[in-house]
Amino acid sequence: MADIDNEQVIQVLKTILKRLVQLVPILFVVITLTFVLTRMIPGNPAAILLGPQASPADIARMQEELGLNKPMLEQYVNYLTGISQGDFGKSISYNRPVLSLILERLPATLQITLTSMVLAVFIGVPIGVFSAVKQYSAFDYIFMILALVGVSMPIFWLGLMLVLVFSVKLGWFAVLGMGSLQNGFWDVVQHMVLPVVCLTTIPTATFARITRSSMLEVVNKESIKALRARGIRESLVIWKHALKNALPPLITVIGMQLASAFSGAILTETIFSWPGMGMLIYSAVFNRDYALIQGAVLFIAIIFVFVNLIVDLIYLVINPRVNYEGGGTP
Amino acid sequence: MTTKNSPPLQDALGSAEQAAMLKKERRANSAWNKLLRNKTAVIGLVIIVIMLILAVFAPLIATHDPNALAISKAFRAPGVAGHIFGTDEFGRDLFSRIVYGARISIFVAVGGTLVGSIIGLLLGLVAGYQGGIADSVIMRIMDGMFAFPFILLSIILMTILGSGVFNVILAIGISNVPSFARIVRGQVHVVKNEEYCTAARVLGAGGSRILFRHILPNAISPTIVYFTLNVAGSIISEAALSFLGLGIMPPTASWGNILQGGRGALNTAPHIATISGIFILITVLGFNLFGDGVRDVLDPKMKR
Repeated sequence: MADIDNEQVIQVLKTILKRLVQLVPILFVVITLTFVLTRMIPGNPAAILLGPQASPADIARMQEELGLNKPMLEQYVNYLTGISQGDFGKSISYNRPVLSLILERLPATLQITLTSMVLAVFIGVPIGVFSAVKQYSAFDYIFMILALVGVSMPIFWLGLMLVLVFSVKLGWFAVLGMGSLQNGFWDVVQHMVLPVVCLTTIPTATFARITRSSMLEVVNKESIKALRARGIRESLVIWKHALKNALPPLITVIGMQLASAFSGAILTETIFSWPGMGMLIYSAVFNRDYALIQGAVLFIAIIFVFVNLIVDLIYLVINPRVNYEGGGTP
Repeated sequence: MTTKNSPPLQDALGSAEQAAMLKKERRANSAWNKLLRNKTAVIGLVIIVIMLILAVFAPLIATHDPNALAISKAFRAPGVAGHIFGTDEFGRDLFSRIVYGARISIFVAVGGTLVGSIIGLLLGLVAGYQGGIADSVIMRIMDGMFAFPFILLSIILMTILGSGVFNVILAIGISNVPSFARIVRGQVHVVKNEEYCTAARVLGAGGSRILFRHILPNAISPTIVYFTLNVAGSIISEAALSFLGLGIMPPTASWGNILQGGRGALNTAPHIATISGIFILITVLGFNLFGDGVRDVLDPKMKR
């Protein structure tokens, strides 16, 4: 990074600007897709809200109240203006603004997803590095087989097996809910362990695999050999210089895993009754809560768009020579 | 999961592509042989073949009628009274349900991947070759779809479509489209300015001829690799959707809904969830191993 000249800085800034401009159509597509998809869900939300006893007149009145009898285009315009003002609509099953529901549940999801992401990086990357350095050793074979099993693991099955072994059989950890600080720190940890283990496994395996293959490409490069020839300590060569050169694919994969962490969270939360976004969306789907599905999905998609942007920018900073003209982002 | 366009790869592609052209015929003849010499691929292939045999010959292999209810025999442990894997919550033979479930699970996964890859391939080819507005419109829509977490997109699609085998295929397929489109588009970009494409153009070949005769065959390798790995992912997706109660509905057996049934009986009959999950895991492992092998053979440079 030290030898970046002005021209490169300008180049980076230009790319950042370009990426920000590109966000506009993507966000537009995301918002429109969410609207269209939610409208395509069969069933009348007014009727569902009022229950089977409701008279047609009641349903009609409720539809009007919810704005569901207006022309599609008008609903779409209202929806767009609402979002631009931070109004994600009102959940009919909770009778509360969608955004406040989301913001209330988001921390719980972040608590387990981010914890497991950090753990996965700190476990997976060193395993990958060791495997690459000791290629074809027993360590390499064992951990790469484990990693392959890890990436093939259905997360919901892993969750059930964790419950079965550690909760049902051994009784070590609580299964349901979140625990609270009022019952002490241990209560929080005890509730967190299984969901976090569940969410950590797949990314750990993925990071180990990508780090290994990326390191293998790097360790035999002339530049790395030159460092060795200059007598720099091997550990420094590996953990600083080689790893730095091996980072770009890893960054991309971390970004992608952050995305799938949310998918994983939906499944994990339903198994462990973890009161996060996943449970919220799951219940919204079953209650046909249009506004809530729409809002939650949109919110997650927007987060993703920004996560992807940040990943691309990090990629750009650690590897300024990346040519963004050709091809899609990896 | 995706191709990567890191600079060293692009630098190497110039000469590598030419060499690849020269070797193309030889490679076509030996790709299969190379695959059979690849240990990972063979192990994967063996697993896949076993599962396919289970699926295809399900009526011959199953020991019982997979849907025959016998509440009085519910929750039998594996090995009891001629039930190899025991019975489920309705007393149905678990082994037979797993065998029939293989049919649905593999069919749905391959079907979903096919749907996704065909649509994605066409979109990627058009976007990559045409460029301009077509490219921008297609890829922005793909970016937009990509912003939805896979499972979330499939959940919404399943809610719209309703459950059922073909709807699951469609939902998984549509959710798969953006990744295929991206990979193909990236490859088309790499290939379309190669000299042989320019040569074909100079010789007066039309757009579609260049696209399907010259670009497609040279851009297909990463798609094939991704296809195999995607079948693995789609087996998990089907199971996940069925597990959430949105996919294949009972009594039709799929590995996902067997697992879902086993979830409710985790305390009393843990064998149901354990065994069905092991089948999912092993099959996914098989496709991943095979995919790794295919990648090593088709594109030794594309490491992931």
